[in-house]
Amino acid sequence: MVPVSWYLLLAALLFAIGTAGALTRRNGITIFLSIELMLNSVNLTLVAYSRLLDDHTGQLVVFFVLAVAAAEAAVGLALFIALYRHRRTIDLNRINLMRW
Amino acid sequence: MSDLLVTGAKLLVFLGVFLGAIAPIMVWLERRFCAFIQDRPGPNRLGPLGLFQPLADVFKFFFKEDVTPSTPDRALYLAAPALAVLPALVTFVFIPFGPTVEIGERLVPLIVSDAPAGVLLLLAIASLSVYSLVLAGYASNNKYSLMGGIRASAQLISYELAMTLAVVAVLLPVGSFHLSDVITYQQENGWNVLPQAIGFLVFLIAMFAETNRLPFDLPEAESELVAGFHTEYSAMRFASFFMSEYIAMTTLSALAATLYFGGWDLWGIDDWLVSTGSGLFLPEWFWAGAVGMTILVAKAFVFLLLFIWVRWTFPRFRYDQLMRLGWKVLLPLALFNVVLIAALTVGGVL
Amino acid sequence: MEMVIFFLFAALAVGSALVVVLHRNPVYSTLSLVLTLISLAVLFVLLGAPFIAALQVLIYTGAIVVLFLFVVMLLNIGREEASGERGLLQKVAAGVGALALLAFVALAYWGAYGTREVGPLTEDFVSLEVLATQLFSDYLLAFELVGLLLLVAVIAATVLAARLGNTPGGGESDPALPEAGEEGI
Repeated sequence: MVPVSWYLLLAALLFAIGTAGALTRRNGITIFLSIELMLNSVNLTLVAYSRLLDDHTGQLVVFFVLAVAAAEAAVGLALFIALYRHRRTIDLNRINLMRW
Repeated sequence: MSDLLVTGAKLLVFLGVFLGAIAPIMVWLERRFCAFIQDRPGPNRLGPLGLFQPLADVFKFFFKEDVTPSTPDRALYLAAPALAVLPALVTFVFIPFGPTVEIGERLVPLIVSDAPAGVLLLLAIASLSVYSLVLAGYASNNKYSLMGGIRASAQLISYELAMTLAVVAVLLPVGSFHLSDVITYQQENGWNVLPQAIGFLVFLIAMFAETNRLPFDLPEAESELVAGFHTEYSAMRFASFFMSEYIAMTTLSALAATLYFGGWDLWGIDDWLVSTGSGLFLPEWFWAGAVGMTILVAKAFVFLLLFIWVRWTFPRFRYDQLMRLGWKVLLPLALFNVVLIAALTVGGVL
Repeated sequence: MEMVIFFLFAALAVGSALVVVLHRNPVYSTLSLVLTLISLAVLFVLLGAPFIAALQVLIYTGAIVVLFLFVVMLLNIGREEASGERGLLQKVAAGVGALALLAFVALAYWGAYGTREVGPLTEDFVSLEVLATQLFSDYLLAFELVGLLLLVAVIAATVLAARLGNTPGGGESDPALPEAGEEGI
């Protein structure tokens, strides 16, 4: 019997890894993937809490998070394509037209 | 622990019988049947009626020269054929091949995995087959393969939607995701193909698209893109793709037989057979399983024959025609079917 | 038994998450994300949510990550170049920050529910009926809004990625493809 708090710790670990990735990388797609990783760690937390508190609300919120992540991925990737067409690069350090 | 053993035994029996029976027969049948349609003899030199042809094919694949392209992504290139076989095999475990029998003191449902989300998991794992196509196309370092791979994955995800909606319509009157419950429902209410004819049509067409078979085989079209996403694969790797296509066809045929044609049940004939056969030499559960499995294999065979027949009859869809069919025709039809079945279920008819 | 499965898939999840974040080649990062998502799906099943697990595989790995893969392959996004002057400091800072975040969150979780026991999984908990009933009664508004959101996302994505000016021939073909003649495709 695995204590549910271990799942929560795993989720925290994945969230931390995702954050480190989102802050460090320069490739736009990889940053996006790190953000998806963070979203998934939140999903794991929600399902773990749903189990812990014997309430289905957690699983339902995961359902909505899944749908919102899909919408966000679609729009984000479309933005990347438009960006790439303009600037010929995805390296976020080079996409700095609005920097001083 | 004994649960694990029972599941392992079921897995071995089911996979062994089904794939062992189907795979070599399909290779032979494809060539003989297509020859029959095209009014020519087909393979007839190796053994009576050319029955040893699949054996010769296997030998050929083993000894063919393995030509590989120079690609920077060698790991992906090598992984793609393995990735093709895996989802096709795993989806097999959710299909029931017999009623719930009593072995010793325990009730054993004759299905390798009776997961509560059975059908959903089957569809989910089947959707993973996109990756092998995309990776094969990408890692081959060849623009025709890349085009084939991208087109294949676009085709697969488009028709997946229509197929999932058709399956949802089947599950609405049943009220559960267990495939064994679907068969129980059909035992009581008759085969699903009659009330859900539209859904069956959608599922049938989507089935062809999901396995990349003609008329939807643009990704591997022999005359269009050299050979599409498996251009750069030879010998055993090509055989893997080849086999994974047949296994996917078999799984989807078995699924269609289960969802729409009653699966392992044949209007109670199996009950009669079991009651007459049991006690002869082998216990009742063995007969129940054997009869159920035979019926399922026979029904899947009808669909496989249909696959081959359609392949050698129709011309190929162009890519934009294919996309239009998937999104503008099948998806609205499937949605309409869901609404219709939902209305009928709530109204008490189904 | 559950322990074995948990450790195996937790290790797989963490390993592939590290590959996602650290690998130079975006294609390998995307594929590692697939592995992470599948391990998480298995963990969902262990936590008594098989439907959410199936949805995760069906939607996330079956569609969203395929979309990612498309974009990576079509735009031919190459390997990331070396970091430059403040690279190492940035990495160390991010690493330390992540560890601090981990400690923070872990302590918060542990403090609240660290030692709580749960009963075994019951048939009601895993059932789809309760989930679906709640979804379509308590959360009906959210459900409809999410549908609307997805519609908006489809329209937005189509408009953002569309080519400017006339589209040649097959207008239904993938709007994600960049202008013909510019890329190898």
